[in-house]
Amino acid sequence: MDTSFRLMPEQASTFAPQVDLLYAFLLLVSGLLSVGIAGTIVWFAIKYRRKSTADRRQTPSHMLLLELSWIVGPFVLSMILFVWGAKLFFHQTHAVEGALEVNCVGRQWMWKFQHPNGRSEINDLHVPLNQPVKINMISEDVIHSLYIPAFRVKQDVLPGRYTSIWFEASKVGQYHLFCAEYCGVKHSGMIGVVHVLEPARYQEWLSDQSGGASLAGGSGRLFDQLRCNSCHLAGGEVSRGPSLVNLLGRTVPLQNGQKIVADENYIRESILRPAAKIVAGYQPLMPSFEGQVSEEGILQLIAEIKAMGQPEGRGPQGASPITDKPAGPGQTPSKPADQPEAVPKK
Amino acid sequence: MSSTVISPPNRNYLNVSYTVRSWLLTHDHKRIALLYLVGVTFFFVIGGLAAAVVRLELMTPRGDLTESETYNKLFTMHGITMTFFFLIPAIPAVLGNFLVPLMVGARDLAFPKLNLLSWYLYMLGGLLTMWSILAGGVDTGWTFYTPYSSTYSNTYVMATALGVFTAGFSSILTGLNIIVTTHKMRCPGLTWFRLPLFIWSMYAASLIMVLATPVLAAAIVLVGLERVLGIGIFDPAMGGDPLLFQHLFWFYAHPAVYIMVLPAFGVISELVACFSQRRPFGYSFIGFSSFAIAILGFLVWGHHMFVSGQSVYAGLIFSLLSFLVAIPSGIKVFNWTATLYKASISWETPMLYALGFVGLFTIGGLTGLFLACLAIDVHVHDTYFVVAHFHYIMVGGTVMAFLGGIHFWWPKITGRMYPESWARLSAILIFIGFNLTFFPQFILGYLGMPRRYHIYPEEFQVLNVMSSAGASILGVGYFFPMTYLIWSIFYGPVAPDNPFGHTGLEWQTPSPPPTENFAEIPIVTEEAYNFLPDDTRQKIAEEVPLVPVA
Repeated sequence: MDTSFRLMPEQASTFAPQVDLLYAFLLLVSGLLSVGIAGTIVWFAIKYRRKSTADRRQTPSHMLLLELSWIVGPFVLSMILFVWGAKLFFHQTHAVEGALEVNCVGRQWMWKFQHPNGRSEINDLHVPLNQPVKINMISEDVIHSLYIPAFRVKQDVLPGRYTSIWFEASKVGQYHLFCAEYCGVKHSGMIGVVHVLEPARYQEWLSDQSGGASLAGGSGRLFDQLRCNSCHLAGGEVSRGPSLVNLLGRTVPLQNGQKIVADENYIRESILRPAAKIVAGYQPLMPSFEGQVSEEGILQLIAEIKAMGQPEGRGPQGASPITDKPAGPGQTPSKPADQPEAVPKK
Repeated sequence: MSSTVISPPNRNYLNVSYTVRSWLLTHDHKRIALLYLVGVTFFFVIGGLAAAVVRLELMTPRGDLTESETYNKLFTMHGITMTFFFLIPAIPAVLGNFLVPLMVGARDLAFPKLNLLSWYLYMLGGLLTMWSILAGGVDTGWTFYTPYSSTYSNTYVMATALGVFTAGFSSILTGLNIIVTTHKMRCPGLTWFRLPLFIWSMYAASLIMVLATPVLAAAIVLVGLERVLGIGIFDPAMGGDPLLFQHLFWFYAHPAVYIMVLPAFGVISELVACFSQRRPFGYSFIGFSSFAIAILGFLVWGHHMFVSGQSVYAGLIFSLLSFLVAIPSGIKVFNWTATLYKASISWETPMLYALGFVGLFTIGGLTGLFLACLAIDVHVHDTYFVVAHFHYIMVGGTVMAFLGGIHFWWPKITGRMYPESWARLSAILIFIGFNLTFFPQFILGYLGMPRRYHIYPEEFQVLNVMSSAGASILGVGYFFPMTYLIWSIFYGPVAPDNPFGHTGLEWQTPSPPPTENFAEIPIVTEEAYNFLPDDTRQKIAEEVPLVPVA
């Protein structure tokens, strides 16, 4: 990690130069305004000091045109800044399709990450270069916030609800990872290192001493261990529980007539509080799994559900073929549209 | 200004009685203002000492001075005392209390007993908070974010929150008093557009105090319900929503920023006008911009929550509205600057503070644009950039204005002059120390150093050392006024009635004023800023007092 003294942070994601350009523009504008105002104040304060004989005739007490100019001018300027910042933000908050999905659980005071093939790590995050990565995050206790300054990304990590960030690393190296939301005694110790690796090295790292089975699929599915399959049949047949095949992103009709789009938060709620939203045509039979399955376990179940109905041999998102060929910022690997964020972003 | 030195009047509000009882049971707004001055100074010292330890700890990247637990309690104590017990009451309850009746030509505020009650509530809240700090402290940060505060923290959260809750009522009562006084107690002829701009901004700030503070009270009660009774409101483990607290908290705490800074605007308008000997340029624009800020201030709370998990579209709206706040703030800065044009400027201490304020507030305001800008905020939210920004507003703005105002009205309050050269030296030290303390923090923040970090990566050390060095200069700068102002009460030169040649009603009373302020209720025929042309000013001012004082 580069620990030399510097005035600007490293640029290690595709967002970084975009954010820095806007920052530079803001610095320029506010620098000019500050110097202009301070300069005028000093100039007037000296020129019109009490003892000076400067011409003070016809002192205006108000000028409508001048007032309007410093209302309209700042308005136009701030609208330019608003639109610029908002467009970039919209891009930052809408992950591209087919991003590599990494799960993240925050707790006092550590970060736990799990990659699609099941490999997990604590306070370290390995990601491939030039590939969009989406991190699905949840907290087990208080609010945390995942912050990677070199990527210019930050998102609070909430208990009881999923949030996510995405980024595309653009420079191999090691970067700080901070918790940015105050979370208790060892808040400043809730830090880690992001390792950006060449895609091939990332694959190597993934397969190296892989920590157990793949997140989705494989023999030891949590879905089977918890006997979810006794009601939610894998083949998609009608049973006591609705089929979960291709559930993510699908519109689900509920018993009360509402329709909702099934996303990660909906699945999580249905595991912990099954009675909250009953799918039309089914009985509220399912028991709550609250206390029986950890946040990591729920994330794993979601990954397994996402993988259902996908062709054999294709794992979840992350297992999309990783090649040495860098995918450009706009390029997105082709993927089945099974994600909640189906908004194509550009 | 005045060449004739008037001996202090035989009877004034200070020497009318010397008993402790006469102070603690006083209904006189001027005495209550002084009680508040003692209170806010006490809490400022406590909050400042906490900051000093924090800055000392941050000299090194390691945690070698305090434990993390202690560090967290220190920044919490700094934030809570400074915000709730110094910044919010400082200008409204000290200068506002003292000046509002004088400026509107009244003998007291509308509800003198409520005014005294509000001081007692303030002290009760403050002392309860101090007790909770002595008993073991609180480590939630001044923001009390849930579910950390409501479920996880093992510190004295409820005692502290109750202290803040109690002080909130004092804020509401002060606001109510100022609103009613401005409406009902103005002397004959004092129309709205003849009022000093200080009254306009105090009025706007009072509206916020009355409307926003109850929301804080509600949020604190809800935290209490969850923490004490285990009713799930914010903790998702009990079926609550942690973001609800942030919405409630910032619905109060963002407008609260304007409770702190609007009165400062009022002070600066008075200082700039007086030391320029000119009517404030664009009087009505400055006045109405206070109301624009007060109203918009209620609509931007979500800009504290861009990365909290609130809807992206809510973020867009809050960003747009936040940019709009920049416009009325800009109006003020531009108009103050324009007031200097063709003015007759003297560089006395209060003016140094005023000019310093305009510069620092400009930087604070412009960096607010960075934070309103969504994509930049994602990066700098919860970093030292935010810390630097709000200190530029709160310290560079409110504290500078408070000190400028205290120096300006000191002759009126005490009947004594402060020592000019010491005061100028302190003002310059404070300006330099402040910038050295907080400017490096903008850079630290953009580099990515998160706030509330006890231990930090070593590459951030150089900038942290600069900041701590600046803080020591700032500390010296604050220490001087506390010393020489107390000295001046006993040994300072006796102040004339109107040492700076201001035209406001408060200067038409003796220094210090009698308990009833005015022997006869004045009748106003002109606006507050009828400064005369440079050449004739001196001559006429000596011959014809604007309002006869019996």
